[in-house]
Amino acid sequence: MAKKILTVDDSASIRQMVGFTLKSAGYEVSEAPDGQAGFAQAQGARFDLVLTDQNMPGMDGLSLIRALRKLPSYGATPVLMLTTESSEQMKTMGRAAGATGWLVKPFDPQKLLDVVKRLIG
Amino acid sequence: MVQATIERTVSDEAVGTLRELLVFTLGDEQYAIDILKVQEIRGYESVTRIAGAPAFIKGVVNLRGSIVPIVDMRLKFALGEASYTPFTVVIILNVLERTVGIVVDGVSDVIQLAPDAIREAPEFGAAVDTAYIEGLSQVGDSMVIVMDIERLMSSAEMSLMEIERHAQSGQQQGGAVNG
Amino acid sequence: MSIDMSQFHQVFFDETDEHLANMESLLLELDLAAPDEESLNAIFRAAHSIKGGSATFGFSDLAELTHVLENLLDRVRKGTMALTSPMVDAFLHAKDVLGAMLAAHRGHGAAVVGDDVATVRSELEAFAAADDPARQTIPATPVAAAAAEKHTLFIEIDADSGADIPAIIADLGMQGALETVQDAAGDPVRPWVLRLDSPLDVTEASETLSFVLAPESFRITRDLGADESDGFGLFIGAPAAPDPDVAFEEDGFGLFTPLATASTPPEDDSFGLFEPLSTAEAVAAKTTPAAPAAAAHVERGVGGGENSIRVNIEKVDLLLNLVGELVITQSMLVQSGSVLDPVDHERLLNGINLLQRNSRELQEAVMSIRMTPVAFVFNRFPRVVRDMAQKLDKQVELKMVGENTELDKSFIEKLSDPLTHLVRNSLDHGIEAPEVRVAKGKPAQGQLTLRAFHQGGSIVIEVTDDGAGLNRERILAKARERGMAVTDTMSDDEVWGLIFEPGFSTAAAVTDVSGRGVGMDVVKRNILTLGGRVEIDSLPDYGTTIGIHLPLTLAIMDGMSVRIGQETYILPLSFILESLQPVAGDVKSVNGRGRVVNVRGEYLPIVTLAQMFHVPDAKRAPTEAILIIVESAGTRVALMVDDLIGQQQFVVKNLENNYHKVDGLSGATILGDGHVALILDVSTIVRSNQKAAQGLTALAVAEA
Repeated sequence: MAKKILTVDDSASIRQMVGFTLKSAGYEVSEAPDGQAGFAQAQGARFDLVLTDQNMPGMDGLSLIRALRKLPSYGATPVLMLTTESSEQMKTMGRAAGATGWLVKPFDPQKLLDVVKRLIG
Repeated sequence: MVQATIERTVSDEAVGTLRELLVFTLGDEQYAIDILKVQEIRGYESVTRIAGAPAFIKGVVNLRGSIVPIVDMRLKFALGEASYTPFTVVIILNVLERTVGIVVDGVSDVIQLAPDAIREAPEFGAAVDTAYIEGLSQVGDSMVIVMDIERLMSSAEMSLMEIERHAQSGQQQGGAVNG
Repeated sequence: MSIDMSQFHQVFFDETDEHLANMESLLLELDLAAPDEESLNAIFRAAHSIKGGSATFGFSDLAELTHVLENLLDRVRKGTMALTSPMVDAFLHAKDVLGAMLAAHRGHGAAVVGDDVATVRSELEAFAAADDPARQTIPATPVAAAAAEKHTLFIEIDADSGADIPAIIADLGMQGALETVQDAAGDPVRPWVLRLDSPLDVTEASETLSFVLAPESFRITRDLGADESDGFGLFIGAPAAPDPDVAFEEDGFGLFTPLATASTPPEDDSFGLFEPLSTAEAVAAKTTPAAPAAAAHVERGVGGGENSIRVNIEKVDLLLNLVGELVITQSMLVQSGSVLDPVDHERLLNGINLLQRNSRELQEAVMSIRMTPVAFVFNRFPRVVRDMAQKLDKQVELKMVGENTELDKSFIEKLSDPLTHLVRNSLDHGIEAPEVRVAKGKPAQGQLTLRAFHQGGSIVIEVTDDGAGLNRERILAKARERGMAVTDTMSDDEVWGLIFEPGFSTAAAVTDVSGRGVGMDVVKRNILTLGGRVEIDSLPDYGTTIGIHLPLTLAIMDGMSVRIGQETYILPLSFILESLQPVAGDVKSVNGRGRVVNVRGEYLPIVTLAQMFHVPDAKRAPTEAILIIVESAGTRVALMVDDLIGQQQFVVKNLENNYHKVDGLSGATILGDGHVALILDVSTIVRSNQKAAQGLTALAVAEA
């Protein structure tokens, strides 16, 4: 059965690009335009991996990650932060929130696939 | 009830050479108009009168959801009896992005004319003002008056449009500003 | 795998357009004295998104400029830099350049000149340079290498842990260099996050904290070295992270080597350390479901975006055409069906009837897709007004009313130019300079209002200013100059109409702002081409209102159908107060001029619609007819009709599309049987009877 990935990003073009990349590699992809919608979708289905942007209106990425981690079903799910910078602060906050790792934007689609493969196969 | 849609035949030679025209009768005369301005032909029915309009504007009809005014050419040009029977013909025109209908005595044919077949019209007492006449042509036994229907329908005297679209005299119909 | 990114470009371009527009309107709305935090965040996010997207899709010019902009915006939203008007100007300027870059990438405009970019960059950077970064990074302890072993720990403390966290932080700070990465004071949901460089290792730090905090309310992790080469990284030991023994040393990757938490005493599994699976789950099990908390934290949902989708306009037009074809087809069926015996073919005919209804509903539904809020046209004006007012040294406040009013999409684009010209005119010639206004006793700041509303089968868009008004004398003089036939006795309306003549500009000095008088006649022609009309109202020193009336392609109204003679007419329900059949005693004739009816002591003029609309064979006696009491703009009259037919919803069709405006009618509708019924323009009918109404009622009262 195909692995399911949830992409959360307020940019439609990024969502499309990520979705296309992952689908081409055989994953099932769902999209959400912001943290709240992402959280709702995550609760509604069981995802094998969550990719989330940081800066989004309403519920931002870190808040989403924290919220997800408090759900029993997502305690162990890989969650990747899509971030525009790799600063100490980002890493600190990300780790504190419970992220599994991070990927810096702009990223090469191939790198995205490598990371995802590494995390969920 | 007469109802038909015009099929447009486009031949390669038609471009730039032959003109396709629809011929209709009005009183004793035969008029020909550019087929491209003709949307369809219908019968005369269910016209809703509009108060205050000139007598030759019979009113409006519902044409698949659009409100279309109907002009009786026979009344406008004072051509004999204007009767309304199941055989009365209305030509629906598309002129200047508007749809209007004209009541005529009958529709004959679609003809093709080469530009040189249309001779300049002398001043002769046709019902329609020569300003709207492009020329005359011989079709079989009869003489056909080639008319610029768009110019006629948009003229001030037809009272269909707010302003004279071709802006000949530069004068505007009243009402637009004072609304 | 190589993916063709260009397939996403269009979406990115549209997205960026929206971000830029959003940025601009938020910037214009900002109150510089007390800028709204959420607005600042939204502006920052817009720039941030543009940067991210343009970098991803390779538009480096956009990315670089946005990066500079974003840095400034970040400082402003964090409060480390004050926001000034010149800064807003610079931001708007940057937005313009970004817009130009975007247009060039779309293929719509010339490539942006390097000088323009450099100019705006230096503008922005000048602000940045003038303002020293306020944030101090915690200085690394000197001679770190030679000192006692230092650990860099990340400490997360839940805000509701009940303890005096600032005190705890102060204490920790004594141990070494402490940075508050996330300050959660007053925040009910987010935790404090601290970074501590000190000799304390994880165990020692957690022991220290355990004295004052419940173990489940804090988490400590350790960073054994940041790596610079990262495009990607995994927190070792984080939930679902792969086997920590496997080291990643690839370029662009970064990993944190294992934490020292392995040595944590097993029974103390209540710390939320980044341990594999089991601990994380245990921690999760202890905490209450976070959903409500998460929900409370969310400030506002995404505006509208989730309930709408983007559709190419061509698809909508195609859909409309197909529906049109469908309607024609079903008409043909109706036709064919009409010659059939209704009894033999009852089912077929019923089906055709149903089909007719369905296709009409479908047609209306599809047409409504094309209806777009007029806000799309209005939105450019805050910027236009601001720029122009600045240029003209005038103070103007722009108000916009009824932006949600909808009209056909095709009009949106065609309305933009005429409206811009009218606005420019108002600013240029209408609203006076502040000194002039004050001298007249008006407030220095002028008011410009854009208003949109539906009226019958039309949409009306008004541009109103409280300026000098049109100068009647000047207009007449100019008209005479140009040899036009004018008289002093012309009505105001006629005089105002003159300004639509080609080449007519009464501006004393033609400013470059509103042109050489080629404007108004083009405006009028444009509106007439759309099937609309322009109306002017003006009063000296009071102001001017110019109204653009455009036909609505779709409007649905509640109406009452009435019969007059053999004809059916429609009255908009909103005007109707009541209907009655009067008794003879209540109807009075006044001097043979007209009739009034007594309704509960009030005398109302009776308007004989049959007379007004020349309807033959209508009832003459009010006592045999029905009187419908209507009210418009405070005046009441009684409309006389033969009969009431019924009340229902009608789709308003306009007459102007193929015909022209008719006095007394506000449109037409198509009845269930396919016939056209005319909709009465109650407001003008009442108005034209107003004077008569006043005269009549006074007399009637006297006579009564």
